[in-house]
Amino acid sequence: MSRIDTPAAGRMQTIARNPVMIALVMTLAIAGCASKKNLPNNANELGLGGAGSATPGSQQDFTVNVGDRIFFDTDSTSIRADAQQTLDRQAQWLAKYPNYAVTVEGHADERGTREYNLALGARRAASTKDYLISRGVPANRLKTISYGKEKPVAVCDDISCWSQNRRAVTVLGGAGM
Amino acid sequence: MLRRTFFRLMVVILAGCGLVASPANALVELNINKGNVEPLPIAVTDFLQGELGKKISDVVAADLKRSGLFAPIDRGAFIEKISNPDAAPRFEDWKVINAQALVTGRVTQEADGRLKAEFRLWDTFAGTQMTGQQFFTQPENWRRVAHIIADAIYERITGEKGYFDTRVVYVAESGPKTARKRQLAIMDQDGANPRALTNSNDLVLTPRFSPNRQEVTYMSFENNQPRVYLLQLETGQREVVGNFPGMTFSPRFSPDGQRVIMSLQQEGNANIYTMDLRSRTTTRLTSTAAIDTAPSYSPDGSQIAFESDRGGRQQIYVMGADGSGQRRISFGDGSYSTPVWSPRGDLIAFTKQSGGKFSIGVMKTDGSGERILTTGFHNEGPTWAPNGRVLMFFRQNAGAGGPQLYSIDLTGYNEQAVPTQGFASDPAWSPRLE
Repeated sequence: MSRIDTPAAGRMQTIARNPVMIALVMTLAIAGCASKKNLPNNANELGLGGAGSATPGSQQDFTVNVGDRIFFDTDSTSIRADAQQTLDRQAQWLAKYPNYAVTVEGHADERGTREYNLALGARRAASTKDYLISRGVPANRLKTISYGKEKPVAVCDDISCWSQNRRAVTVLGGAGM
Repeated sequence: MLRRTFFRLMVVILAGCGLVASPANALVELNINKGNVEPLPIAVTDFLQGELGKKISDVVAADLKRSGLFAPIDRGAFIEKISNPDAAPRFEDWKVINAQALVTGRVTQEADGRLKAEFRLWDTFAGTQMTGQQFFTQPENWRRVAHIIADAIYERITGEKGYFDTRVVYVAESGPKTARKRQLAIMDQDGANPRALTNSNDLVLTPRFSPNRQEVTYMSFENNQPRVYLLQLETGQREVVGNFPGMTFSPRFSPDGQRVIMSLQQEGNANIYTMDLRSRTTTRLTSTAAIDTAPSYSPDGSQIAFESDRGGRQQIYVMGADGSGQRRISFGDGSYSTPVWSPRGDLIAFTKQSGGKFSIGVMKTDGSGERILTTGFHNEGPTWAPNGRVLMFFRQNAGAGGPQLYSIDLTGYNEQAVPTQGFASDPAWSPRLE
C-alpha cells in the first residue's frame, strides 16, 4: 500500500486543530489507495495519527485515532466487517467520553436519483445508529441526518470516488433529527 | 414579486381584410403526432416600429425555432419589406422563399403608457390571414407578449396549446462539488429573467410549482432539519409543511393544489403521506419497510405514481389517491425512478438506470410502450411542459463540474440545452400562465 509519511508531531498538531484539513488529508490519503482492496478507513492505519497528535477526548482524537466514518457497498446499508471494527472503536470511545452526543450523517454516491439517495443515506445512518446502540451507545445520545448524494467528499466519475462517498460519518454534536 | 409580472392582457382578434381563413381551408398545418416532423419554414418579420418591435419578433422566432417544429427563415432572404402590417402582404414574395407562414406585427405606445402589440399570421400559399390578435400591457412585459404571440402561432398551426409563456423553477448550483451552494431560482422557459428565490445558506432541493403558479413546494435543510417547505412567490413567505417526526422530502402538489404529497423518512424506511393545506390533516398512503418516494398525481387526481424498492430495486408503482391498489408497472431491465405523470394523463416520464447509464424515458400508465428519449452518463428528473409535448431534465456529463438543464421533444428529437448562468438541476415546469 502506498505509504503516507507521518508528519512531525508539531506540524500534525497544527493540522489537527483544523478538522477540515484533517478531512482533506484523509481524503487524499484514501484516494491514493483506491486501487487496493480493504481501503483503510481511518487515519490510524495510514500512519497519520501518532500518539499525542490530538488531545484525548477531543474531536480530533475521535476523527484521527478512532475513525469517524464507515463505507458501504453500492445500494447497500449493511455494515461491512471493516466498518464494524470502526464502529466498535467509536462505541468504546463514546463510552469513555459520555458527555458527547453524536449525529450520524448518512451519504450516498451520485449514481442514483436525488430522492432515492436521500432515503438511502437515511437508511445508512439508521443502520449505523442501530449498530452503535447494539454496542452499548445509549439511543438518546444518537441522532441521524441524511444528505443523500449532495455532499460528496471525493470527486471523480468512477468507483474510486463513489466508494468513498457511500458513507456514514459520526459527528460529535451535529444537528440531526 | 411574481404578481408584478402578471398583467392584464386584453386580447382583440384582428379580422384581416376579409381574409381570415377557417381552419378547413388553411393550407398550413403541422401534424406533430407523427414522429420526426420536418420543421415548417416560417418568416417572422421585424415588428414595426423600432428596437422593441425587433426584440419582440426575435423572441417569437427563437421560441418557434427552439420547439423544433418551425424553421424561421433568415431575414436576409426576405424580399418584401413590410411597411403596413394591416395590409395583405405580397404572398408571391413569400412563396418564392418557401415561407409557408408569415408573421407581421406592430408595437406602439398608447397615450397612457401601455404597450400595444399586434400581430397577424398569414398562410402564404392559401393567401389568407390565419389569425390576428392585439395585446395591451405594461412595457416591461414585452417578453411575455412575445411568448404569448409565439404560443398563438404554435397553437394556430399545430392545433395544440403552446408552452412558451411559462416559467421554470430549478436549483441554481455554484461552487465546487464538495462545497456546492444551492439556491432556488425561477426563470422564463427560454432561460430569460432568472431570479433567485432563496439565499445560498441552506441546501435546497426538488422545487415544484403549485397548479396556480403562486407557490412552490421544495425541500430545505434549514436549521439542519431536512423538511418540506412551502414558498409564496409573491411575498417570499416560507413555512414548513406539516409537523412530521423525521425528514420529509420529495414533495409535489395535488392537481387541485389543496394537498402536498411527500415522503416521510422514519429510521430506515420512507413512506408516502399527504397533507391537506387547509385542514392540516395528514394521511399515510404507503406502509412498507421499503423506500417509497417521488410521488406524482395523475392530472385528474385519482391516481398516484411513485417509486419503491419494495421488490428489491427501485421500480415504478401506481396506486389510487387513497393508497389503494398498489401495483408495479415497470418491468424492464434496470431500475426506474422519479415517475412524473404527463399533463395529458396518458404517459409517465421517468429516470431509468441500466448498464451504468441514466436515461429519460416515457411509458404508458400501465407500464407498456416504454420509450427511451435520451441516454447518457447521467440524466435525471424529467418535468413536463404544460402541453405534454416537451420534457425538461438535468444532465451531468462525465468529467463535468456540474449539471445543466436540457429539453427534449416527446418524440426523442430536438434535444436542446436550456441556458442558465451556472450549473442547474431539478427543473420543474410551470403550468400555463393563464
